[in-house]
Amino acid sequence: YKPHSKKRARVQWFVRFSEIHPSKQHLLGRKPEAQEIFWYDHPSCDSIVSVETIIGTVQVVALALDESPPAQLKHKGFFVRMSWDTKKFWPLSAELLAELGRRGDSPKSQNPVQAQTKTAESPAWTTSEHAVGRIESSHSASKSRQAAARPATPGARKRLELAGLLKTPNTRKARQTSCAASASLGIAKRKMASSTASSPSKRSSPDEAREDKSSSECRMVLRARIPVTSTTEMSLGITLTPSRRAQRPSVTPSINLTPENIKKRETKEPEAHTEEVSTPHRSQRKSSLLTLNRIKQQLRYLDCKENDEKEEEFVPGAGDSDSSSEEEEEGDVSTSALPRTSRRRQDKNLQTATQPSLQTPSKTPKKTPRAPRHATPQIRSRSLAAQEPTTVLEEARLRLHVSVVPESLPCREQEFQDIYSFVESKLLDGTGGCMYISGVPGTGKTATVHEVIRCLQQAAQTKDVPPFQYVEVNGMKLTEPHQVYVQILQKLTGQKATASHASELLAKQFCSGQAPREATVLLVDELDLLWTHKQDVLYSLFDWPTHKEARLVVLTIANTMDLPERIMMNRVSSRLVGPRHFSHGAALSGDARRCLDICRRATEICELSRQKDGTQGPVTVAHLMAAVDEMSSSSYITAIRNSSVLEQGFLRAILAEFRQSGLEEATFQQIYNQHVALCRMEGLPYPTMSETMAVCSRLGSCRLLLVEPSRNDVLLRVRLNVSQDDVLYALKEE
Amino acid sequence: ASIYSYTPNYSPYFCQVQRILRERFCHSTHGELFGVQVQYKHLIELLKRTAIHGESNSVLIIGPRGSGKTMLINHALKELMEIEVSENVLQVHLNGLLHINDKIALKEITRQLYLENVVGDKVFGSFAENLSFLLEALKKGDRTHSCPVIFVLDEFDLFAHHKNQTLLYNLFDISQSAQTPLAVIGLTCRLDILELLEKRVKSRFSHRQIHLMNSFGFPQFIKIFKEQLSLPAEFPDKVFAEKWNENVQCLSEDRSVHEVLQKHFNVNKNLRSLHMLLMVALSRITVSRPYLTSADLMEAHQLCSMDSKANIVHGLSVLEICLIIAMKHLNDIYEEEPFNFQMVYNEFQKFVQRKAHSVYNFEKPVVMKAFEHLQQLELIKPMERTSVNSQKEYQLMKLLLDNTQIMNALQKYPNCPTDVRQWATSSLSWL
Repeated sequence: YKPHSKKRARVQWFVRFSEIHPSKQHLLGRKPEAQEIFWYDHPSCDSIVSVETIIGTVQVVALALDESPPAQLKHKGFFVRMSWDTKKFWPLSAELLAELGRRGDSPKSQNPVQAQTKTAESPAWTTSEHAVGRIESSHSASKSRQAAARPATPGARKRLELAGLLKTPNTRKARQTSCAASASLGIAKRKMASSTASSPSKRSSPDEAREDKSSSECRMVLRARIPVTSTTEMSLGITLTPSRRAQRPSVTPSINLTPENIKKRETKEPEAHTEEVSTPHRSQRKSSLLTLNRIKQQLRYLDCKENDEKEEEFVPGAGDSDSSSEEEEEGDVSTSALPRTSRRRQDKNLQTATQPSLQTPSKTPKKTPRAPRHATPQIRSRSLAAQEPTTVLEEARLRLHVSVVPESLPCREQEFQDIYSFVESKLLDGTGGCMYISGVPGTGKTATVHEVIRCLQQAAQTKDVPPFQYVEVNGMKLTEPHQVYVQILQKLTGQKATASHASELLAKQFCSGQAPREATVLLVDELDLLWTHKQDVLYSLFDWPTHKEARLVVLTIANTMDLPERIMMNRVSSRLVGPRHFSHGAALSGDARRCLDICRRATEICELSRQKDGTQGPVTVAHLMAAVDEMSSSSYITAIRNSSVLEQGFLRAILAEFRQSGLEEATFQQIYNQHVALCRMEGLPYPTMSETMAVCSRLGSCRLLLVEPSRNDVLLRVRLNVSQDDVLYALKEE
Repeated sequence: ASIYSYTPNYSPYFCQVQRILRERFCHSTHGELFGVQVQYKHLIELLKRTAIHGESNSVLIIGPRGSGKTMLINHALKELMEIEVSENVLQVHLNGLLHINDKIALKEITRQLYLENVVGDKVFGSFAENLSFLLEALKKGDRTHSCPVIFVLDEFDLFAHHKNQTLLYNLFDISQSAQTPLAVIGLTCRLDILELLEKRVKSRFSHRQIHLMNSFGFPQFIKIFKEQLSLPAEFPDKVFAEKWNENVQCLSEDRSVHEVLQKHFNVNKNLRSLHMLLMVALSRITVSRPYLTSADLMEAHQLCSMDSKANIVHGLSVLEICLIIAMKHLNDIYEEEPFNFQMVYNEFQKFVQRKAHSVYNFEKPVVMKAFEHLQQLELIKPMERTSVNSQKEYQLMKLLLDNTQIMNALQKYPNCPTDVRQWATSSLSWL
């Protein structure tokens, strides 16, 4: 097996307008021009990429804000005027402009090369489409040569610097991860990097191409998100000058026949190359042509094989019609590869991508967007690092947060021990079993089990217990009880399946006991949510461990002690072992979460009072009491006290009506009449029915009253949602 | 009077005044927060801690309708966005009236967070996939590196009615574990909100509550009134703005205005109803009379506090009025028991026979028609649902008008025959 390419290339990132988040597009404030792209200014972009991922070069002209795009751009190439940093559009900074300019972007300077190519027998290539760059071979020898050549090739458009790193097996991996990372950024960027030079050894043979397929899967994903730049524009212009011929050997590999490229349907690049090659210097490039031909054959071969798989559509690139040579046919193909279509193709044999269009390029553009197959679940990361606590109180707050896992779980030693020894014994015996753990919310059921698992995993590392696989599911995190199978299966094996299929697979795995596997510990949190009418989910959860071969330990958690008796049928509960109940001993509430939240609030109150009077006192009991009051006090009384005069009058009328009738319910009409009577007695003007109705519905909406929801109008029935004493107390206070 | 002598060409400004004030009344984004400084501080500190320190939090803002809950959170978010953290915060806004189940809510969250299973405006995947995708995404994050997400759940109580409260459980659970920092802010007008939460969900909620109770008195109400009507200093025509504000100042000291406002305040303390009142008053000013007067406010108040049913009664025909009076008598006689058309018709016939000279005797179908019209106006309401087979004449009905309403309406009823009016006061008037 030949070593893979060792090259890294430095690239610059640009972003097309269409790739900017739609919600931000308006920030530009104008319509983008057809060939306009934006400098992508984002720290997360890795400017060093693998050479293999590069398709080709493209011409980019940097412009100041007020300049208009050069005429010779025509349809190929791009110009950049502004930069985009994911938040705003900025004009290109002076130094960036200078840098881009210096790198050979001035159209004039390119003319020589263009001319050259033009005269060279590919008439379809207009001068403007010359993208181009310099290639630096990473091989030290050619590199130095190139460095020298750089100033000598005024037409170099491309800024590509190959940082010739010798590739170790590791580097590839690293590259992959970096690619994945940038892919997950979710913004498709265009890589405008180009030609590569790789070691001769890399001259790819079809075999290698195939071998590599699997290993480059990961990069494929990346590719999928990176729209292929219009490949026509990618030509490797470098070697056009005779002076560079010496470089040829190293250029050939740069054709990138590495499987990645093929898969990425970037075959165009090789094509572009070939085309270049078929310029005057063709004769001198026999070796490379040969290679190309071989590749082509391979591609065709694959094509025949996989013809049936083609179903992707291609939109022809702008300039692909110009090719006439055989090689260019392939060029066409890759040009037409749509970035969008790549998504579906990811999973397929990648070569197919290039094939279908070779034969019959179907040109139906896609209408509906595709579901991203490999979307990474991720929240974007913050640009500003989170502040670390500076004061004692902030530090305390951080530690008091419920999310912090304490070093020890006080008062749970016994429970911990029970669960630990249960699971440990099962693991040691190589048997299975299940345990039911109950306790009201916030008593530390889940925390204890987590701690047990953590300890067991440590023990497994030191070989004290046999290794085991740990799977956790939570009934509340499911949309439907049967989804539990899907989740367990996915966490166990990574497979995706429908609920019924997953249940079959799991049953097969646990009950038929084929190959000896390592033991599994399954934690089922919020068990009661998994109740179904047939109890099939609960049954299978408790049934699996009873099979000797399953080596499955199931820990179930719920907050009702009598759950097994109450909701489970006998056949289910008979399979259950050892319930373990968590109780608590606090007076107000045993909920540890509640307690922590109160403490945290107390620190805030303390901080507030410090700010107020500038003292530096510690958190006192008074602060804690204030926090408790704040969190547990009933708001009904304050609500009544703060309601308007008419609202209070209405409540009085309700009390009067209740007292009169001896019932706890009255119709609106009765209360209204009572209200009018009260007003008359006190000599107040009485409100209209509409006003009173509004009052009633307002009180109903904040649930001081319970009001019928229907449109019963004056006949609607009203009740108090607070005790009469509370209302009386609240009204008297005034 | 000196104010009104100012008559240069201010019609463009006049339009602007109306625009500025209407915007203020409709969107209620303007102005200081009244009497909620403590609550505001609590909220903004909380949000800042989430944004800056990555501390997860959950809080409920509770207060009656129109008490400024949304205004409070909007103010806080605006301030938060103004300080340096603006790019470090993601916001998700949900409304219980729109996102009526967890499936819709999840799609919306995913869309607003712009996770990777979103293409364009579409969210891909089934409900179960979306849930696990979102949870996975949130789980991956940590305090120091992930962008904090602020969830604002409007009409929070409606989310508690979702199946199993899955969404709330998961949001609160994440806010209590070392995952992506979340601030879950619920807005609700229900005081019993905590009782709606399932015990597991409740246990995961931090029990922070911010109450907005309209806890201001009348003097403050006057101040609010003044402030809401005043033109801002950046108004283009300084002279006009000054005159306008001077007028507002005069109004706020006027006794009759005080009376109107006091009446209004007694009925309803919330700012939204004040805005409604001012809006009506504002629409009464014209180019030729560009300043608010106390009369405008008085009329606006009258309009606002009008009894809607009395208004409907004013538009009824004499026959329909007669039927209503007949129903009133039936209610008096049978003590609120339901009646049917036949009973009403008989009662009406008795009256017509007594006063044959003054009231035209209508055919029965015509009376029936009038009766049906009353039903359409929802002045009467059938006890049961109308079935096709039942005889209309014998369907039991109830009157949705109160005696006081009927009498008040009759007094203002134009061209009411004296006999009818007398009949209304007493069914025995012929004696």
